[in-house]
Amino acid sequence: MKISELPGDEDSGATCRTYVFQNESHTLGNALKCIINRYEDVQFCGYTVPHPAEAKMHFRIQTYETPALEVLKRGLKDLQKVCDHTIDLFEKEVKEFNKI
Amino acid sequence: MPKLEDKPRVILEEFRVKNAPDDYGMADEKWNFKKFVKKFRIVIVRMDNSEMEFDLIGIQPAFANAFRRLMLSEVPSMAIEKVMIKNNTSIIQDEVLAHRLGLIPLKADPKLFEYRAEDSTDGTEFDTLEFTLKIKCSANKSQPKDSFRAEDLYENHSVYSSSIKWHPIGNQASVHKETEVGPVHSDILISKMRPGHELDLHLVAVKGIGKDHAKFSPVATASYRLLPEITLTREVTGGEATLLQSCFSPCVIGIDSDGRAFVRDARYDSCSRNVYRYDSIKDAVVLSRIRNHFIFNVESVGAMLPSVIFVEAVKILRDKCKSLLDDLNNF
Repeated sequence: MKISELPGDEDSGATCRTYVFQNESHTLGNALKCIINRYEDVQFCGYTVPHPAEAKMHFRIQTYETPALEVLKRGLKDLQKVCDHTIDLFEKEVKEFNKI
Repeated sequence: MPKLEDKPRVILEEFRVKNAPDDYGMADEKWNFKKFVKKFRIVIVRMDNSEMEFDLIGIQPAFANAFRRLMLSEVPSMAIEKVMIKNNTSIIQDEVLAHRLGLIPLKADPKLFEYRAEDSTDGTEFDTLEFTLKIKCSANKSQPKDSFRAEDLYENHSVYSSSIKWHPIGNQASVHKETEVGPVHSDILISKMRPGHELDLHLVAVKGIGKDHAKFSPVATASYRLLPEITLTREVTGGEATLLQSCFSPCVIGIDSDGRAFVRDARYDSCSRNVYRYDSIKDAVVLSRIRNHFIFNVESVGAMLPSVIFVEAVKILRDKCKSLLDDLNNF
């Protein structure tokens, strides 16, 4: 399993969670944070790589109402959409460039 | 083109870097995918087989940096990972030699190979390339008299990457061509030898990523910078104009027929703040950078086209999201 939950938030409802991503780093953490931080209902979102020698990334989400898990899923979907769009646009531009 | 005023700027002042007064930072904007699609543009400026320059305009720094990091450390390529040394009587030590060989870039397309399982001892034709390097230095029998040049005295005194021979395993010979898997450059010096020195090596190349070792990185450099912008706030003429011109990189400032300075093209300015050394002209310019205009420079090592490397990098991020979503759905 690549994702797990950090204990400690069981009693505070579904709106706040810290997820632990195995084998991930700033690459995913910062990009995902950048999207999730901009959502309407999000109170706080941040990430940390606790130790440089451990391939782990902690990702914290706190919302007002929406469950944190839902926000995380939405963030990943949006990031995926950004990537798809970037690939499409880039390949189109490369094709254009090669025509000239 | 968006209006000039729409661009978020960071202003390079004499002693500090500050955001434009009306710029509250891109972080305040709410996320909106449609808006992102509308704003986002890609412009390819320069492209050939080994190098390319392109602009990502209207993108968050976090994404630009993610793409850069992915190109450097997560796009796979093939490199020599194991060296079996049967004989090495040259003066270069076994481990140093093995390290040198690992750093030789290979032409093999990593997309045609799979990762080798960590516990596997024997490679298969799908995940391994095998090479040999067998060479011996000897005295040149037909050496011309009175010459003391190494190339006249000895044979094979310099070992180059062109001496590496590919040995196809299984069905590889029909899938790949020798010219498409070997070293990218044939003139990489591996070792220097003298008569009696001998190398007999068996090389095993596998697929890997830059996170594991820099030799697996498919790019020589992958970097971005922000687009510089220079604005003249008043007329600068005569001697002041030439002085202004000398403060910037060549071709950045032009001087028209009336001796008036104008900004020709700020794109390739080095953004040094030399102007601020001269009191007479330092009030005439505003130096800034556009905060959401990223100029990417990608230089391939030789296995893949730079444009392919970028697309691969973005695909890796997308697949990461996809697999994490699958994980979360059975949480």
